[in-house]
Amino acid sequence: MLKLGKAGRHEVKFTLNGRPVSGWASARMLLSDFLRQELGETGTHVGCEHGVCGACTVRVENRAVRSCLYLAVQADGLNIQTVEGLAGDDGELNALQRAFRKHHALQCGYCTPGILMSLTDLFDRTPNPDRAQIEDVVGGHICRCTGYAGIMAAALEVAGQPQQ
Amino acid sequence: MKPHNFDYYRPDTIDEALSLLAEGGDEVQVIAGGQSLMAMLNLRVVMTDALIDISRLAALSYCREIDGCLEVGAAVTQAELLHHPGLAEIQPLLAKALPNVGHFQTRNRGTVCGSLAHADPSSELPLCLALLEGEVVLRSATGERRLRAAEFQTGMMETARRPDELIVAARFPVALPGAGYSFAEVTRRHGDFAIVGLAGMAHNGHIRLGVGGVADGPAVREWRLKPDQCDDVLNAFAWDMEGVDDIHATAQYRRQIVRRLGRKVLEEAGHAQTR
Ligand code: FES
Ligand code: FES
Repeated sequence: MLKLGKAGRHEVKFTLNGRPVSGWASARMLLSDFLRQELGETGTHVGCEHGVCGACTVRVENRAVRSCLYLAVQADGLNIQTVEGLAGDDGELNALQRAFRKHHALQCGYCTPGILMSLTDLFDRTPNPDRAQIEDVVGGHICRCTGYAGIMAAALEVAGQPQQ
Repeated sequence: MKPHNFDYYRPDTIDEALSLLAEGGDEVQVIAGGQSLMAMLNLRVVMTDALIDISRLAALSYCREIDGCLEVGAAVTQAELLHHPGLAEIQPLLAKALPNVGHFQTRNRGTVCGSLAHADPSSELPLCLALLEGEVVLRSATGERRLRAAEFQTGMMETARRPDELIVAARFPVALPGAGYSFAEVTRRHGDFAIVGLAGMAHNGHIRLGVGGVADGPAVREWRLKPDQCDDVLNAFAWDMEGVDDIHATAQYRRQIVRRLGRKVLEEAGHAQTR
């Protein structure tokens, strides 16, 4: 049994975007804070910290989840993917990111990393999702800028679905 | 906000979890998916001395059919149940209700039993368990007991679980031969908390309606009527639940949903019957 006390910090190791990483976390530290503050990976954003806005969404074991509702110590030993892992090593944007740029699917960009991770999960498991499936996934995010039309257009294009 | 300090335990077996609960009692909280609990810890609505994490317990990560029920272990996520092979035949109500439980991202982590444990009056899975007259399996270091849905959920976010007990599984009765099931809810945004959730069943000349979000917990009634004869009983049911005004909707609006959408849900259940 793993027992971590409330005092002190504990070593947490996991695979982040294919690379082994490690850092120190108190038992209560959120995965979102661990990524940003301990590992310096600030692509993952934090909005509401109670699971509503979706800005903090990352993939854990290939599933899109809220990193603000996940303890860093719970992620120990697992496979984590964040927005930093989407572009190629040369910085070249992937197809979903290019579609976001083309369709103005972001303005301030605060919500964008989370939405990209959710859609990446959807596309990995459902190669040609229909509009309803995309709406279900995007519905788990709040974007205060775009009105969602650009986000839907980008996702529909990647899904190979008609835009209307 | 951030949670306050707690110890974190990750037992490797159910027995280890049970002995932690036996020692810890009221001072500890079980966490599985944490999609309600983590938010409450972040907001400091809940403070606890220790968390017992059962999310990685392989022994609780199973779905099996037993005694005419689909038994769902406490580590099974809502997404895993939704994608359980043949779910729409095994229990159509679950297949219809689960897409309304939270969002894609929270279903990926939130567990079926965790939703039952949280016992929010408007949530979908307690409503399904109540309509189907399912059971919750509770285990402690001293033994195991099964509680019917109506015995388990005692009020608004209150259950009959004792502090030393772990919910190990929930049992949803499988579909009755020929029966029709239906589900609908009213929300501000798909995936948000339901203002009113409705589950219907039609079988052998009987109709049954379950309502969440009006009373302190799911309310279930059954009548020997046809769906198109139910206006009067639905009106009486809507008043009997004594719903109240809150920030989301007035009591009057909730009664109206029970009358109108209730009838539609029962009609759909009637049409879904296969004999
Ligand atoms: S910051 Fe996690 S959902 Fe809003
Ligand atoms: S682009 Fe600003 S919140 Fe979505």
